[in-house]
Parts: sequence; C-alpha cells; structure tokens
Amino acid sequence: MAADAEALEQVRTIGEQYKYGFVTDIEADFAPKGLNEDIVRFISKKKEEPEWMLEWRLKAYRHWLTMEEPKWQKPQYPEIDFQDSYYYAAPKTGDKPKSLDEVDPQLLEVYEKLGIPLREQEVLAGVEGAPAVAVDAVFDSVSVATTYKAKLEEQGIIFCSISEAVREHPELVKQYLGSVVPYSDNYYATLNSAVFTDGSFVYIPKGKRCPMELSTYFRINAENTGQFERTLIIADEGSYVSYLEGCTAPQRDENQLHAAVVELVTLDDAEIKYSTVQNWYPGDEDGKGGIYNFVTKRAACRGKNSKVSWTQVETGSAITWKYPSCILQGDNSVGEFYSVAITNNAQLADTGTKMIHIGKNTRSRIISKGISAGKADQTYRGLVRIQRGANGARNYTQCDSLLIGDKCGAHTIPYIESQNPSAQVEHEATTSRIGEDQLFYCRQRGMDEEEAVALIVNGFCKEVLQTLPMEFAVEAQKLVGISLEGSVG
Amino acid sequence: MALLEIKNLHATVDDKPILNGLDLTIGGGEVHAIMGPNGSGKSTLSYVLSGRDGYEVTGGEVLFDGKNLLEMEADERAREGVFLAFQYPVEIPGVTSITFLRTAVNAVRQHHGESPFDAMDFVKYIREKAAGLNVSDDMLKRAVNTGFSGGEKKRMEILQMAALDPKLAILDETDSGLDIDALKVVAEGVNAMRSDERGLLVITHYQRLLDYIVPDHVHVLAKGRIVKSGGKELAHELEESGYAEFLEDAA
Ligand SMILES: Nc1ncnc2c1ncn2[C@@H]1O[C@H](COP(=O)(O)OP(=O)(O)O)[C@@H](O)[C@H]1O
Ligand SMILES: [Mg+2]
Repeated sequence: MAADAEALEQVRTIGEQYKYGFVTDIEADFAPKGLNEDIVRFISKKKEEPEWMLEWRLKAYRHWLTMEEPKWQKPQYPEIDFQDSYYYAAPKTGDKPKSLDEVDPQLLEVYEKLGIPLREQEVLAGVEGAPAVAVDAVFDSVSVATTYKAKLEEQGIIFCSISEAVREHPELVKQYLGSVVPYSDNYYATLNSAVFTDGSFVYIPKGKRCPMELSTYFRINAENTGQFERTLIIADEGSYVSYLEGCTAPQRDENQLHAAVVELVTLDDAEIKYSTVQNWYPGDEDGKGGIYNFVTKRAACRGKNSKVSWTQVETGSAITWKYPSCILQGDNSVGEFYSVAITNNAQLADTGTKMIHIGKNTRSRIISKGISAGKADQTYRGLVRIQRGANGARNYTQCDSLLIGDKCGAHTIPYIESQNPSAQVEHEATTSRIGEDQLFYCRQRGMDEEEAVALIVNGFCKEVLQTLPMEFAVEAQKLVGISLEGSVG
Repeated sequence: MALLEIKNLHATVDDKPILNGLDLTIGGGEVHAIMGPNGSGKSTLSYVLSGRDGYEVTGGEVLFDGKNLLEMEADERAREGVFLAFQYPVEIPGVTSITFLRTAVNAVRQHHGESPFDAMDFVKYIREKAAGLNVSDDMLKRAVNTGFSGGEKKRMEILQMAALDPKLAILDETDSGLDIDALKVVAEGVNAMRSDERGLLVITHYQRLLDYIVPDHVHVLAKGRIVKSGGKELAHELEESGYAEFLEDAA
C-alpha cells in the first residue's frame, strides 16, 4: 500500500519525536465504516460467536443508543463521530498460525521496533531456554500469536483471546462476562460491550500459581479504527496470577479512540496482580493526533482474603481517562492501586481509583504519583467508600504531584464516604516542583538536563515502579525518561 | 598554561553585583584556599565557575585548560572536569546514591569516549573508592543525601569527587558542620586526590580545615575581589586578626 509506505517515510523523519511511531502495511480486513446493528452482527459473525453472545452485544448496543456521552470529567475533547470509524479490522493472515514460525515476519518486526525486551523477543522467537513470559500478541484487534499455551494448559490455566474463550469456554464466559462491569455500566463500557473485537481471557484454576507473567502487547494499527478490547481474568480459589499489558501506537493525524474494558474476579484466597505500561501516541506538541484512552477497569474481590493489585504507568495518549477500581466484597480482602501518570506538552489525564469496602476488615492502599510538564494538566480523582457492614475497614491514600515548569497543572480530588464508624481512612497529598537545586546538582555531576529530569522523576516514582515485575520495571524507567524529553529548558 | 585563569571577573545575582573584578590563576597540582567573611561572594564564585543558572557574568573571562569556560553549559563543564563539592549537598529522594554516582560517572566516561560501566563493574569501582572514605554499602543504597548526617553528606561529596576524577575541584565550606573526626576523614580523602595535574580550590571561612588540607596559596576575598594573597601562613594571620580590616572601606 503506497499510502502506508509514505506514512512510514514520514514517521521515519519524525524519528526522534516519537520513537515508537511507525506503520506497518499489513492489509486490514475492514468492516464497513459506521455503527449500527448490522455491524454488531458482522463482528459477532466474524468471531463465530454463539447466539447468546450476539444477543448480549445487541442488548448493549440498544442501551448505548439511549445513553449520553459523559461530560463530568476534567479533560474535554471534540465530539467523536461514531459513524466515522471502523469497528472491525483484522490482519489478513488467513488461519491462525500453529507456531511462531508461521507468524508473519512483519509482525515480529513490529515487536522489534516496539522495543519489546530481548527476553520476550526470545520467547517470541522460540529460543531454547528463553524465560517463561507468555505473550498473547494482539495485533490490531485479533490475537495472532499465543505462546506457551501448552505449558499453561498442563496446569489447567486458560490464556487465550476473548473470542476464543467465547467459543471454547462458553460456560466461564457466560458466568463472568459483564459480572463486574455490566453492559449498562457507562457510555464507553456499553459501547465496548456491543462491539468489542478482542482482548484476553485468563482462568487460573483452584490452588494454581501461574508459573509465569502473562503479558499482552496491544497495538493500534489501522487508521480510524477504534480499539475495543475486552479482558476478563478469573482467579479461582487460592490461585495467583500476574498479568501485564503494554502498548504503543503509530504516528497518526486523527484522534483514535480506545475504550477497553477489563474485568477481574478473585475468589477466596486468590490474588491478581495487574500491571499496565501505557505508552500510546500522545499527539504532537499541541496534542493533535493523539490517542483517547477511555478505559473501564474494575476488579471484584469476591472471596475472603482475596487480593487485587493494580499498577499502572501511564505516559501516553492525548487524553487518559480511567479509574482501575476494586470492589472489596470478601471479608479481609485487599485492594491496591499504584499509579504513575506522566503528562507532557498538551496531554490531559483524569485518573485515579475507586475502592469500595463492603466486607469486614477489608483494606485498601492507594499510591498515586502524578507528573505534569509542558502545558499538560492532570487530575487525580479517587473514591474511597466504606459501606455500612465493612467493620474494621482501612484505607491509606497518598497522592503526590510533581510539576515541571509553570504552565502545567495538577489537581487532587479525593472523595471519601464512610458509613461505618469503625473504619480508618487516611489521606495524604503533596504537590512539589522539580527543584532547580536538584537539577543543578545533577548537571554539576555531568548529567545533561534530560538525564537529570529522568533520574529525579524516577526517584519520585520509585514506590510505584518497584511494584512492577522486574523486567518491566526497567522498561518503565526508560519510558519515564522518554516521556519527559524536552520538558525543561 | 595554567589550569584555571580568572581575569577581572564581574558577576551579578538578581542584578546585584557580587563579584567585582576578581583575578585568580590556578596551576595544575596547586591547592589554593579562598577565605573571606560571610557574604563576601565565595559561594557565588563557585557557582559562577560551575555555571549555575541565575549567576550572570557581566565582565571578564575564565579560561579552563585554555578553553572559554563561560561559554559552556553547567553539565558540559562538569564533563570537562570541573567539580563542585556543595556547601549544602542536595537531597534526591528515591534515587539511590549508587545509581546517582553511576549515572554521573557514565556521563563523564561517555563524554571522553569511554564505555559506560555496567552495574556489576561499577560496584567494584565504587567500593574501592568508598572504603577510604568510610562510605558503607548501606550508605550507597540509601537515597542521595536523604536523611544523611552532616558528615555523611560531606563524605558523599568527596566520594563523588573521587569517582569523577576531575581536573579542578572546588570545595565550598566542606568543613562546615563537621566535628574534628569527620573533618579528618574528609581531609584525608581530599589529600588522597592531590596530584600533579589536579587543581584544588578550597573555600573556607575558618583556618581549621587548612591544618589538614595544607594549601600552597591563600587568598582573601572581600566585597567580590581578592584583596590579599599569600602563603599558608596567611591563614594563621587571619585566624588571629579576623576579617575586620577587609570590611572597612578599602578605597
Ligand atoms: N541566590 C541569591 N539571590 C540573591 N542574593 C544572593 C544569592 N546568592 C547570594 N546572594 C548574595 O550574594 C552575596 C554573596 O553571597 P555568597 O556568595 O553566598 O557569600 P559567601 O559564600 O562568601 O558567604 C551575599 O550578599 C548574598 O546575600
Ligand atoms: Mg558560602
């Protein structure tokens, strides 16, 4: 495709501006533009879904038509024309490959350019003795390669695309899909319910500890294609899994909507650790062309002593709007939220978490580090709700904001609602500026300004970054530096 | 050619003249001490030489190794071999001292076309330097200057100097806030760095430090100029007479 070759050349010249910006020319198999019941049916058919799935999608679609786009969030954005988008795009690879050898080399090249850590590249390349990181690679909207599946299957662990799960494990999907984020939840989650095209499904059976990090790389690749990922992770009694999602996107001139839904369920004594490194294209210096990232992420800690830990490193997107949350139903269940959000240039972010304490002695911990530079603006918005029956519930919240320069903004909006007098809720917040004295100290030791900023900001974020799995923590540290390039001086 | 040549240097802070025609020449291998009353411009001189923002040079010139120092950015000067041990070392929360040191050392190495240290090699490199300064592994793992005692901060400054191996080291009141034992450790560390090539500029208010780091030349700074120069005995004279005579209108 000539247009894509041209884009590729354009992106190459931009090079330094956005290191991960490029376009591949794999042909997209589009559904017609626009959104209506026929499109919903088209998607369902393409995915070879059973009737109940289609019914659920249609129910969501019809409900969506009655809803209004929310306007309460701080970042405002131009109205989205939902009829001007494609809702289905898949790379043309025919049948699913049986092994990595059968994966399109162009896809592997994509991973290379994405700077996927060498270890995972080895996994992708099937190198003998490669470390155990399973990659469910999502290219555009369809999972193309799923590795280590067999090894996981031995343990009874299911890790596959959501579409495959709908076909192969309908009983689990039927039971849990929409049980944490109902189809009617909110405007974008409802839209997602109608048109989601892919995403991951994970089921960890009773008493199993998943022997490797499960990781998914997302990438938006076709022009004007909204991404509607749907991820569902179920940790059965006494099980444990650590899951990581990370993503980057090619340089684009038009805003791209991403409205994913992630649902997590933990039963008695189970734990899910969910880590996100989000590095979508933030747009140019004025925010033009950046991704809109409107995500609904929610966990239900249904079982007693269960635990969910969200860690997010948000450096990309023109607008980020998300609140990974925990519903702490089971007695003694624990919810954690560790967040680093970096906004530079014209980026906007409204992010935070909700911790809903329902069970007795439930505990939650929120550590949020916001860094704002350029003329960016960001808001921490958090809710801690202690319901009547949550005797002995405890929450600790710490929100620190760091400002670089004097044109950016940071806001902290904590909502606390307690209906139980035995609950303890603690909130601490600080706002500081990156110190001239710190910068000079680093520069006097030979570091250039960007290196100095990266070092200082990484120190500021340390508490959060160290909750990431080791190999991703290193990547995330680099990302912190890349995101703030050009923010001083 | 002298290592550092300062000629008729004038500098202002917030439009207020602080340095008013300062001349000073330091040769390789020499140790110069600058003494002077509080507020005379000692720290200002150290910041002007190291290129801190906000310290504006309004006249004169500074040659470092024959190059125009004032044209370089602060980090470039550091990589070229100008080191400042801070009067008040700065805290950087969350950044371990060893990471800070490695980042700094690698920046300088790469500037000189040397390959950067990996984490393992650097531990070996820094441990050797740290031993003489009583800097433990535990201290290296703590965040830069965060919660450090006065003595620990100054020892960390000298360790940075040893690790970076500068051509010119400026020590700004390295003795302030130190008890006598801490002072000796720091002075030994500095003396170990004396060499035929390196120049040292020791800034101090008190003569005490100069009993341990014995200078070749002593200068008195008052009202932004060098008003008197002499040998190491000048420091003792000042200890007796104080700075009062230099504070009167010298005109
Ligand atoms: N950042 C600054 N802003 C305003 N005045 C300053 C600043 N730094 C130093 N000064 C002034 O410059 C003069 C010299 O200060 P300084 O160089 O710190 O002296 P010393 O180190 O000899 O005690 C003093 O009058 C001080 O008040
Ligand atoms: Mg001073």
